[in-house]
Amino acid sequence: MSTREKEPLFSAKNLKLFTTPLGRDNPITVQVLGICSALAVTVKLEPAIVMALSVTIVTAVSNLVIAAMRKSIPDRIRIIVQLVVIATMVILVDQFLKAFAFDVSKQLSVFVGLIITNCILMGRLEAFAMANKPWPSFIDGLGNGAGYGFILIVVAFFRELLGSGTIYGYPVLAKLGIYTSGYENNGMMILPPMALISVGVIIWIQRSRDRSLIEKK
Amino acid sequence: MEHLLNIFIKSIFIDNMIFAFFLGMCSFLAVSKTVKTSIGLGVAVVFVLLITTPVNFLVEHYVLKKGALSWLGENFADVDLSFLTFMVFIAVIAAIVQLVEMVIEKFSPSLYNSLGIFLPLIAVNCAILGAALFMQEREYQTVAEATVFGVGSGVGWMLAIVSIAAIREKLKYSNVPDPLKGLGITFILTGLMAIAFMGFMGIKL
Repeated sequence: MSTREKEPLFSAKNLKLFTTPLGRDNPITVQVLGICSALAVTVKLEPAIVMALSVTIVTAVSNLVIAAMRKSIPDRIRIIVQLVVIATMVILVDQFLKAFAFDVSKQLSVFVGLIITNCILMGRLEAFAMANKPWPSFIDGLGNGAGYGFILIVVAFFRELLGSGTIYGYPVLAKLGIYTSGYENNGMMILPPMALISVGVIIWIQRSRDRSLIEKK
Repeated sequence: MEHLLNIFIKSIFIDNMIFAFFLGMCSFLAVSKTVKTSIGLGVAVVFVLLITTPVNFLVEHYVLKKGALSWLGENFADVDLSFLTFMVFIAVIAAIVQLVEMVIEKFSPSLYNSLGIFLPLIAVNCAILGAALFMQEREYQTVAEATVFGVGSGVGWMLAIVSIAAIREKLKYSNVPDPLKGLGITFILTGLMAIAFMGFMGIKL
């Protein structure tokens, strides 16, 4: 792979591929990819973390596979080839979850299947893996998966904390005795609309800090 | 008949694809800048759902489900292909989108021109695969139920994208804080509309 150019596996360039999607080029807040599943699984931390891991693995491995095959894929049927690779990976993840984490798999319901049409995958395959070597593509997949997971976990953290008063199932607020002083769980946070509004607020915060991301009219 | 009407109303308002399940958000955010294009995309989605949902229903019932292959003979009565669901559904959807594109191009060039660029995009719209998977999960019993559910979901999606596009057109003239412009405000607007749609949740059908 990259050894031919005498480039170290973790060169600065490759490391950058991993870190930019975490912040400046985040798939959710900047590239606007993969919103569908991001919002639906963020009621609790546990499904959000499982979903983040699944998407990261699927993105990284399908990026790797497509990048390895990129020269032999005819241009006209590339979408179908990409879909087949992605679908295979998703089936593997789905079967794995059903076998080892059945409860979470039930909570995620159709959203594991919907990783197939998650725009992050097609977006990264089209934009990166089709034009780059396997190893950088793999890193790119990991980075984008992690950037996606990061937003998912932040949103899920606040929704679970404010909506159910727990963190990863652990009743934090009850232990701290906040309920006795009159606090009530905000039931609104676990309803679908708050997922949208939370992501909106995250975008707001990110763009106020990094003003170069603000959209021009 | 009343039962079918219930499914239809339910899939438009109560289980709205966008406001309750966030399906098809990517194209929802990308294409909702003007009312005209969003109507085009909405019609295309309804159309594709009208065809793919019943086809996927038949595939599910006669090929994939456990025991579904029994019409082939005794030996196949125990075959369970359900692990292939995702792959088969997405293949069916991609194939039908291609087919629909070709048929429309042949028989109605004017419709093709207006839908044109949106049709290929639809193959990877989560709402289409989502409808197929929900159809499977909710175990609709007949083709009619599946079709009505598919069309209802499509109409619900179209309703959402057209109304958000109308709001975004007006939004151009309002003074939104800079960091919220574009994407941020659209998210918050969609959230507010979802709150409005929650009003339908109490309806028992």
